[in-house]
Amino acid sequence: MKFSDFVAVDAIRSYVDASTKEGVIREMATALVDAGRISQADLEGIVRAIMKREDLGSTGIGRGVAVPHTKHPSVDRLVGTVAVSQEGINFDSLDGDPVQLFFLLVSPPDRPGDHLRALENISRQLRDEAFCKQLKAAKTPVDIQHLLEKADDHGMVS
Amino acid sequence: MLESLSREVVVGLKQGLHARPADQLAREARKWHSRVELVCKGQRVDGKSILDVLTLAAEEGTRLVVEVTGPDATDAMAAIVRLFEGNFNEQGEASADAGGRPATGRDANCASSDTSRG
Repeated sequence: MKFSDFVAVDAIRSYVDASTKEGVIREMATALVDAGRISQADLEGIVRAIMKREDLGSTGIGRGVAVPHTKHPSVDRLVGTVAVSQEGINFDSLDGDPVQLFFLLVSPPDRPGDHLRALENISRQLRDEAFCKQLKAAKTPVDIQHLLEKADDHGMVS
Repeated sequence: MLESLSREVVVGLKQGLHARPADQLAREARKWHSRVELVCKGQRVDGKSILDVLTLAAEEGTRLVVEVTGPDATDAMAAIVRLFEGNFNEQGEASADAGGRPATGRDANCASSDTSRG
């Protein structure tokens, strides 16, 4: 699965106002609402569900990356977005480092395979330190979009 | 003495080896001195790295070979197999007949392996 298969381009953010875990999750979910990918009526439910998942264990998987996610019946296909925080946000991540790169995923409850393949793609690409560095340095959503496209074109993930 | 052990396990989780169990697995693996690797469909990854484990995209029914090499290999292997057998303590997962048992020819492989790679 490629980034372009699940990342809502209009919801990519190269800057976040939030300085907390819930804040950045809410900002990203709101970006998905603004992009028309999830409905305003589902926003609170989705933010709550993602936070509930975080309570089970942080999705800050190290290297300044977090993958907050949830299943939610309101989506019929996997939808996600990307945000970059220049300052980094405390996300209780596994290695304790602040998180700069966020990949938020909302998947239909009955499609665990798609969710796994999105995680596979994200983790495979993020093992490339140069890719992480370039994403963290991205200044605009278009920069991020281009980096994702480049990874899709040149990466090993099908 | 360096021991080298290898054992096949099956992913019994309905959601597959997703972020939370991958984290549990990597955390457990890091507790031991031994090297812990997972092998699945020609991919060999570091069991101590959550990023590596997630690249397997191991769905329910996937057979994985756990390879453990080092001075505490026996205990490390037991702890890791226990995670699979207990379905990583996931709620709502049937553990009675699904997790960690030796594979019995079930036809399932890494989700990532059935698509062409570009």
